[in-house]
Amino acid sequence: MSTSTSTSTKRKPRTPQRAGAGWASWRAVALVVGALVMLFPLYWMVITAFSGQGALTSGPLRFFPADPTLDGFRRAFALLPFSSFFLNSTAIALVAMALSVTLNLLAGYVLAKYRFRGQQVVFVMIVSTLMIPVQVVMVPQFQLVAGLGWINSYWAVIVPRAAEAFGIFLCRQFMLGIPDEVLEAARLDGAGHLRIFWSIVLPMSRPLIAVLVILTFMYRWNEFAWPLIVLNDQQLFTVPIGLAFLQGEYGTDYPALMGMALLSTLPVLVVFAIFQRQFVEGVARSGLR
Amino acid sequence: MTTAAPAAVTAPGPEQPTPPPRRRPRVSRDAVAAWGLLSPNLVVFGVFLFVPLLATVWLSLYSSSGFGPREFVGADNYAELFADSTFWRATLNTGLYALLTVPVSLVLGLGVALAMNRPLRGRGVLRAIYYVPYVISGVVVAVAGRWIFNENVGVVNRLLRSAGLDGVPWQSDAVGAMSSLVLISIWTKVGFCMVVYLAGLQSIPKEYLEAAQTDGAGRWTQLRYIVVPLLKPTTIFLVVLGVIESFQVFDIVYVLTGGGPGNATEMLVTYAYAEGFDARRQGYAATIGVVTYLFIAVLTALWYRRQKAQEADL
Repeated sequence: MSTSTSTSTKRKPRTPQRAGAGWASWRAVALVVGALVMLFPLYWMVITAFSGQGALTSGPLRFFPADPTLDGFRRAFALLPFSSFFLNSTAIALVAMALSVTLNLLAGYVLAKYRFRGQQVVFVMIVSTLMIPVQVVMVPQFQLVAGLGWINSYWAVIVPRAAEAFGIFLCRQFMLGIPDEVLEAARLDGAGHLRIFWSIVLPMSRPLIAVLVILTFMYRWNEFAWPLIVLNDQQLFTVPIGLAFLQGEYGTDYPALMGMALLSTLPVLVVFAIFQRQFVEGVARSGLR
Repeated sequence: MTTAAPAAVTAPGPEQPTPPPRRRPRVSRDAVAAWGLLSPNLVVFGVFLFVPLLATVWLSLYSSSGFGPREFVGADNYAELFADSTFWRATLNTGLYALLTVPVSLVLGLGVALAMNRPLRGRGVLRAIYYVPYVISGVVVAVAGRWIFNENVGVVNRLLRSAGLDGVPWQSDAVGAMSSLVLISIWTKVGFCMVVYLAGLQSIPKEYLEAAQTDGAGRWTQLRYIVVPLLKPTTIFLVVLGVIESFQVFDIVYVLTGGGPGNATEMLVTYAYAEGFDARRQGYAATIGVVTYLFIAVLTALWYRRQKAQEADL
């Protein structure tokens, strides 16, 4: 191993070195035990969701449902209009994601690849917004959105969060790694700003876009505090608000609660599963480490 | 940076890697395009963040219920705030929450990342398992937490009792409630720390470790003197992000404990929300907001100065 023979990307498993085997199995055991601990709450949610009401709160402790049933899910949909909540969440998350990712990419590109007066100031100001919790500015934000007549509309949820510092930061870090020469060459060929962005920068940014899609979709789908403030009409509730409401009104119907909690997590898991492979690469190349 | 193998260890943060000397300054045509491309972002940030931020400061000088006229009260809100024991309790809780969740999730995340940074069967599955809690919404986590940590019928206490121990008063006791909040939060954060550390580990040149091994350094020595120091930028990034997140933790607290019992788990942001939208004391809520923002700004400035000082030492 002293001469670095093949620096190919596929690394063969390293030959076990001194005491390697013992350590390796210890490590695997620790990882699996840890994973079981991480999984247990999810497992318990699944078990609960498929149990009858009261089945897990009394009697002997069991770790599988005695008679699996879908009644919990049925009750949740009967108690509150969750299908509307899912539609609302889907519409908001998709539109907001498309908008945010586009804006992130544009800003990241400009901040990484243009030189102009005031650039530093803009970048620092954008990054500084990371420090502002929603709750710090929510009262004036609420008044502003109310003034625009947006209360109880999707726009109230989507627009104020469309520009988002973390995504811009990721884009800038990633795009610093795109060689200037490529852009320069396109420029000499007479390509315009948007054209360079569209046909050169974007295709080189696939892993980045995967990261942005995952993070933004997740963030918008899971968002709670702000929608809670601007959506009061039950028909417009998003899934997290609906779930919190269900908890408040029917807090002891654990199968219904866990069923809906699991269902509401599925879309995020699906998006994550689709983009997972590119995610780690994207994180690595965004300098997010 | 021309041959940029993904720029070695980039310390993320507001400090700029100064661009390489330019061949020539770009013409102002570019500046126009730059501002044009930035404008949608700038408009949204300006209208929905910077203006409200200034308005928060302004509103903190008023007494306002949101209905009817607001009344100028000068620094009264601040005087009230500094004498408000709930505010100090919320400050203490927020600090405690950061102190408990950030170091533990970092250490666990690093441990998992180290164990996973080598070929291993089922690595992808394991990685996904550790990461999943991070993608679950705060509301779902809290709803599940209320069930799992329920004092009477929750599975944690039932397990404890069946092992012959006493159940923990996760809901009725201040320490218990904070503990459940911290445990649940750590559960959600470990996976994120792991992924970021994994990315960091991949940037450590294998030659360093091989050289150390040739010199007879054991695993612990390698970890202590090579891996951890080289991961420092990653660690700093995670600490800063973790602390900022701690000051913003709302969803989990709001649904899990509602800040209770009493105000045992009240955070600065949940208190601001309660004052602004439940008690409808908008001026006072704005005051809490301003002070919370100042806390975060001071912490960030301290970190930034330390960072600068350390760079100067190098």
